Amino acid sequence: MSDLTQLSLADARQALRDKEFTAVELTQAHIAHMEASRELNAVVLETPERALEMAKASDKRLQSGSAGALEGLPIGVKDLFCTRGFRTTACSNILGDFTPPYESTVTQQLWDAGAVMLGKLNNDEFAMGSSNETSRFGATLNPWRAKGSDENLVPGGSSGGSSSAVAANIGVAATATDTGGSIRQPAAFTGTVGVKPTYGRCSRWGIVAFASSLDQAGPITRTVRDAAIMTGAMAGHDAKDTTSVNQPVPDYEAALTGDIRGLRIGIPKEYRVEGMPSEIETLWQQGMDWLRQAGAEIVDVSLPHTKYALPAYYIIAPAEASSNLARYDGVRYGARVATDGDITSMYEATRAAGFGDEVKRRVMIGTYVLSAGYYDAYYMKALKVRRLIANDFASAFEKCDVLLTPTTPSAAFPIGSNQDDPLTMYLNDVFTVTANLAGLPAMSLPAGLDAKGLPLSLQLIGPAFGEKTLLKTAHVVETAAQFTAQPNNWWK
Amino acid sequence: MTEKNNLIAGATGDWEVVLGLEVHAQVTSKSKLFSGASTEFGAEPNSQVSLVDAAMPGMLPVINWMCVEQAVRTGLGLKAQVNCYSVFDRKNYFYPDLPQGYQISQFKDPIIGAGKIEIDLDDGETKIIGIERLHLEQDAGKSLHDQHPSMSFVDLNRSGIALMEIVSDPDMRSSAEAQAYVKKLRAILRYLGTCDGNMEQGSLRADVNVSVRKPGDPLGTRCEIKNVNSIRFIGQAIEYEARRQIAVIEDGGTIQQQTRLFDPKSGETRSMRSKEEAHDYRYFPDPDLVPLTFEQSWVDELAKNLPELPDDKKSRFMSAYNLSNYDAGVLVSEAESADFFELVARGRDAKMAANMVIGSVFAGLNKSGLSLAQSPVTADQVGALVDLIADQTISTRIAKDVFDLMFDEGPDQGKDPAVIVEEKGLRQVTDTGEIEAIVDAVISENPDKVEQAKAKPKLAGWFVGQVMQKSGGKANPQAVNAMVLAKLGIEDAE
Repeated sequence: MSDLTQLSLADARQALRDKEFTAVELTQAHIAHMEASRELNAVVLETPERALEMAKASDKRLQSGSAGALEGLPIGVKDLFCTRGFRTTACSNILGDFTPPYESTVTQQLWDAGAVMLGKLNNDEFAMGSSNETSRFGATLNPWRAKGSDENLVPGGSSGGSSSAVAANIGVAATATDTGGSIRQPAAFTGTVGVKPTYGRCSRWGIVAFASSLDQAGPITRTVRDAAIMTGAMAGHDAKDTTSVNQPVPDYEAALTGDIRGLRIGIPKEYRVEGMPSEIETLWQQGMDWLRQAGAEIVDVSLPHTKYALPAYYIIAPAEASSNLARYDGVRYGARVATDGDITSMYEATRAAGFGDEVKRRVMIGTYVLSAGYYDAYYMKALKVRRLIANDFASAFEKCDVLLTPTTPSAAFPIGSNQDDPLTMYLNDVFTVTANLAGLPAMSLPAGLDAKGLPLSLQLIGPAFGEKTLLKTAHVVETAAQFTAQPNNWWK
Repeated sequence: MTEKNNLIAGATGDWEVVLGLEVHAQVTSKSKLFSGASTEFGAEPNSQVSLVDAAMPGMLPVINWMCVEQAVRTGLGLKAQVNCYSVFDRKNYFYPDLPQGYQISQFKDPIIGAGKIEIDLDDGETKIIGIERLHLEQDAGKSLHDQHPSMSFVDLNRSGIALMEIVSDPDMRSSAEAQAYVKKLRAILRYLGTCDGNMEQGSLRADVNVSVRKPGDPLGTRCEIKNVNSIRFIGQAIEYEARRQIAVIEDGGTIQQQTRLFDPKSGETRSMRSKEEAHDYRYFPDPDLVPLTFEQSWVDELAKNLPELPDDKKSRFMSAYNLSNYDAGVLVSEAESADFFELVARGRDAKMAANMVIGSVFAGLNKSGLSLAQSPVTADQVGALVDLIADQTISTRIAKDVFDLMFDEGPDQGKDPAVIVEEKGLRQVTDTGEIEAIVDAVISENPDKVEQAKAKPKLAGWFVGQVMQKSGGKANPQAVNAMVLAKLGIEDAE
């Protein structure tokens, strides 16, 4: 039997239906590969017994013809999703060994569709980071390395465990979350496909909150088709999340027709930033050519407030985070540092030990921008910028159906290289935060390699609930790009 | 506006006290504002706590529309602006009984805007007090400091319960006005069924803002007295605080803006925190909740189905039953009292019914510390008693005795009044022969008084009293009166 971990989600699904192998066999192959890939540090909690139990149940359903959309497919779950009976920490010390007595809506939908849980995946602490280096479990490594180099690279963040696990074939897919680029940037750094759906498309219930008005769940996969299948399974209205939207979930896979004739592709001129490598500029141009050749029309558009997006994001996200993280006090769950003193000293010791530097930095920034006397100058102004950015997109989508941009201004960088400079780290999000601020769907897909042999990606941004158009367009780019490169399994 | 009679005399002249109230009223609702947990009072600690109330990771609030409806109905009862668009904000502060680390409240865009309440003052006058706003917010949990020698416990049963914060304009000028305001607000809430108004259980608490000034001067610096939980304490706290502020200013000091606490034991207020120590709540719109919106047509529907409120009921009682302002005011103070009265008055003389309900029923309940719901006599029994007066079976005087027998613990409690009258032989004497015998006896026993009465007809009343006494109160007073006048040869006692 060939290596089952090489199969895409769609191919594995077909093979299971055709009874070429069983869900247990598929799961065993992935468990073995997961255990052999520990050096990547992508998985922070392996759940092989649970996986096999679920796979056995899947095999029964496959036999009886009652298989779900994801029946028997082994996936990883970002540690931000609460999983009933399995430790959930958001990769923060402050959550200790917290084991939720409840299951997030999104993961519950995946299990209901027959998916198999391999384990919990690494991420930046509370999803705050662009390199997966702020995790309490340590950095996740990118399976990719530059040609001829043995230097470890970051897998992006915050969903670095998800991107690394999918790029390394540990799981056929992974759940992830995206607050400012946390699905798309790691996907770009690892040559995988990442979808951040429209805000409200997936329920946030049971996902540890970072910035509630920006957080959105989505998948990381190896192909556009897999992304379409996963997005469909994760999406849906949830009465427990009143910001989720009550709209039917379309058949995303059916949207992959290859026909984009007449589609208008917008190219926002503001996404040409200074210092961006020419390779990315070239790739972007290449993307336009592919789409034009497929019958789409390329139109120039302007998103004039783009340059204010990053500062606005780094006000709004920390502001919400400073409030969202107030509940972690060591009293009702998670880790507690006992002291001889009063309750205040317990709180202080718990939070000092429980939160890492990046989290503390953002809690402080967020508290500051919401403070009396600074609120109008920072938070209020950021909200106005947010409105202007949404207006920019609305005007752009009068002229085009989908936007094409680079996902990131650079390829994956070495572990530790941006550690001491939070501002440079924040620049990773320059092309991705706009979609979060406007609540729009966006996705990243690999389109080529740079001179060092590292993946480079393009981003598509659509109007609200335009996931079908996004996926259809991405599918055409994917077909044209023929991105077949894979990491060389150096860790095995 | 200065009201002369409310001024407080100080060493340097008269002072005016300016009062504004923030009342926290617990919304009557089976479940909490953003979770399905029960709101029942008195449950075991931490037995009514949902994952949301405990602020577990990833939990999200979902608005309870029952609480929204109650807030809108309250707004309508306060004749206030109902806002079809309002926003929930987070009020951030860190405290052991606040698991989220923030309270979900409404800051910039409350569900209810300006309204008004007409308060009833002791002199029969009324006054309009402005309502600035009403907003919905979550209650916090409760810290228990008396359960363990070295630890404090936290009970989250209250955590997340819906409160309406009702903010008045600074329109009150005396403790009596503040008390009348709370009484009236409480009555309206109870009529609407939007808050049970139970101050002992904490369903209704008031923060009282107090400042003083010389009449005509601009507003003074205010101090806020937190969480005063009875109408009596509101009065005491204001009286103490106003005099404290006057003393400070008259001693050459200035009032520091402060939050203060009222100590019911000492009757004093003391400083809790100064303005500098005040929290910076860092309000911002709660991103877990979309703005609260509803249709005006829904509001109109609720308005149509609003019950009759105290002021309207009072006007109706005065016009339909011809009751005095005072009697009507007493009867409508609680919806239950008004309903009880209307049952007694149905098909009967309303004035007689009002006298019986106020003079006997309320007085009896008051004396024995019972609520109307616990009354040993029913409205039907009171009505039957009124019937006995109306058909002259007994006098008003005897009716009081019969009422006491029905009311007091004893063999006659709860008996039908007609049965008591028969058993005790209390039926009014209308037999003129019997009355005449007594009148004759009294006249013959008091020849000197007869002479005096002929000179001064008013003294006829003395004879009536004597006759009534001798008859054991059973003689018909009108019959006695007529006969005394006739026998004394007096045309008109006036």
